[in-house]
Amino acid sequence: MSLPVIIVLLVSLVACAILCIVCPNLIKAALWMAGMSAILALIMFLLGAPLAAAFELSVCAGLIPVIFISASSMTKITSREEQEEKRKERHRRFVYLPFLLITLGTVLLFVLWPHVSVLLPDTFLTPGSATAQQILWNRRQVDLVGQIVIILVGVYADIVFFKGVREK
Amino acid sequence: MNVLFYVFLVAVALLLTTGIYCLIASHNFVRILLSIEILAKATTLLMIVVGYVSGHMAQAQAYVLTIIVIEVVLLVVATGLVLGIYRDTDVLDTRKLRNLKG
Amino acid sequence: MPLLFLAIPLIAVVVLNVLYRLVNGRLALWCAAAVAALQTGLGAYALGVCLKTGTAYSDTRIGLLSVDTLSAAALLTIGLVSLVSLLVAFSAEKEQKHNFANIVLLAMAGMNGVALVRDLFTLYIFIEVTSAASFILIGFHRERGELEGAFKYYIQSTVATIAMLTATAFVFLYVGDTSFTGVAYYIRQASMSGGLPYGITIALILYTAGFAVKSGAVPFHAWVPDAYSASSAPVSVLLSGIVTKISGVYVLMRFFRDVFGSAKAVGNILMLLGIVSILVGAFAAIGQKQFKRMLAYSSISQIGYILLGLGTGSTLGFFAALLHFFNHASFKSLLFVDAAAVEQQTGLTDMDKMGGLSDRMPVTGWSSVAAFLSTAGIPPLSGFWSKLFIIIAVWRVSPVLALVALLAGVVTLAYMLVIQKKVFFGKTPPELADVREAGANFKAAEILLTLVNIGVGAAIPFLLNFLLPLL
Repeated sequence: MSLPVIIVLLVSLVACAILCIVCPNLIKAALWMAGMSAILALIMFLLGAPLAAAFELSVCAGLIPVIFISASSMTKITSREEQEEKRKERHRRFVYLPFLLITLGTVLLFVLWPHVSVLLPDTFLTPGSATAQQILWNRRQVDLVGQIVIILVGVYADIVFFKGVREK
Repeated sequence: MNVLFYVFLVAVALLLTTGIYCLIASHNFVRILLSIEILAKATTLLMIVVGYVSGHMAQAQAYVLTIIVIEVVLLVVATGLVLGIYRDTDVLDTRKLRNLKG
Repeated sequence: MPLLFLAIPLIAVVVLNVLYRLVNGRLALWCAAAVAALQTGLGAYALGVCLKTGTAYSDTRIGLLSVDTLSAAALLTIGLVSLVSLLVAFSAEKEQKHNFANIVLLAMAGMNGVALVRDLFTLYIFIEVTSAASFILIGFHRERGELEGAFKYYIQSTVATIAMLTATAFVFLYVGDTSFTGVAYYIRQASMSGGLPYGITIALILYTAGFAVKSGAVPFHAWVPDAYSASSAPVSVLLSGIVTKISGVYVLMRFFRDVFGSAKAVGNILMLLGIVSILVGAFAAIGQKQFKRMLAYSSISQIGYILLGLGTGSTLGFFAALLHFFNHASFKSLLFVDAAAVEQQTGLTDMDKMGGLSDRMPVTGWSSVAAFLSTAGIPPLSGFWSKLFIIIAVWRVSPVLALVALLAGVVTLAYMLVIQKKVFFGKTPPELADVREAGANFKAAEILLTLVNIGVGAAIPFLLNFLLPLL
């Protein structure tokens, strides 16, 4: 869990994000997003959050790309000329992004580096000895109620928005 | 510990910038959804890092699980909206959102 | 007791779905309306108890849920506006009454959750529930305008939510706990012993910005006109009457008083947001041609008044903001119900094509007069009292701002008069000669809200000896 490993992982995380948004093919973009989730899950595992890592891997690297790919596959395929034109235009729009990121990264890393200690608190409160499962099920049941309610809302989103699509 | 936290913060800041830049610069609805997902990932990473640095990893994990569930449901709702717009207009371009003005 | 507010809508949703075959659309709406009416009654009772005894109901069986004055007022408002929205849906919603009733019940459960919880992260969960339900409601008929409005709202709302989550992560880093009491304690300690850490300041800024987006304050108000005018009738009522206010203004009120400890800097920012919203909303409303768009800009303006009163930091300011919160829900919902009635009966939304409808639609016309007087702040209606208290509270902090707010009230009067003249009074164009009054459900909603406006306005003077200590 050393610093070089973390830096490599974070750099690849940001690289995946950039590739995800500049990729012209939406299905490939969804796959880069899945790659981001996989790297994030690895980082989480290394930092000592195995439960969250497993969740992230199964849901965000599994379920979400499926949603994106099914959404993209229902959309129109553009013709060759349109694709060329769109590619030039996209280059024009997104060419600023790497420069912006590199500038921001440099500023944050090297210019503001001496002041980083102001961001960390001086003393940390002692953590409890409960595990995540215990916290969620014993102390934060309202969160679980909230999750149930939002899943019900998701079901209704399915009923309201997707009924016609299935019939189609 | 200081250095590690700072490196993570920089990464989160870069991801947030990427997400917001893509949100503003995209014309395609599905790409907007992708950029919102990137923002959500950045927030998840921040929460885990905060849990690691402060020692409250168990509570941070409980938060992250809930964030992931909510993020998925909102994505489903947003996809429903996007598909609805596509079925109506056959095009997924925000420049064509001329219906509402002013 | 707090648990009831969460449990009853959820049980109703389960019952309506288990008995799906036996329950047709109208019965589902009746059931949901009954739940909303029950909530209004319970909320009023809880508010009365909290005001009289000053204590709150607490329930720690599933984590901390509690009902104090602010929460009770919010719950009462949620019940009232949901009831009115469901009443409008009886005739405005043609095919999917059952789905509509269920989603409104889920939205109610979400909003009740927002009003009940005392923890930053749980608050985020229930705000997302409310937002998700409102996206579905705005895009309910899957028409293009609705979906576009919903999508614009989605983008801005989600960015605000991301800001809120980032802020919560920072707060969690410093405080190790996300409950309101824990964070408030930490901030008090930190302010006394040497100033807030930078991380907490960043978190405060992110929170304020995020919730300003959600409440539709200027300059984050871009989604408001589109979402309000594109959505269908009952949804506009719900959206303007309560959803924007709960997920934005209520949270700001709760945070400002209980978590930030009424910090001066935040208060000044809120007053600035408030005064800018008042002015931009009022002036933008004058130039609008569409009924619902003008009402949307008027909402932005009125929310500015609430933020202005809140930002003063005084008890009077808080109480005035709370009163205006409730009053705005009642008079703005009434205006949207009238707009919906007019749209249903005439098929028009463009005000230039309307005129003289008050003769043909008497209940709608006269209730809109009541709403107009309340919005403009004319005694003895409820809007007058809340505006008066806000201006008094602001006067003590900054006489200049109070004067500006007072003058903006004149602009409010102006655009309300424009609506009255163009839509309800004046000459009736020949196409609209045989327009009739809207159905019983519309009349019931309008009469209910008119009575609320007049009743609250008449009751306040009697409560003055209770209120005088605050003044």
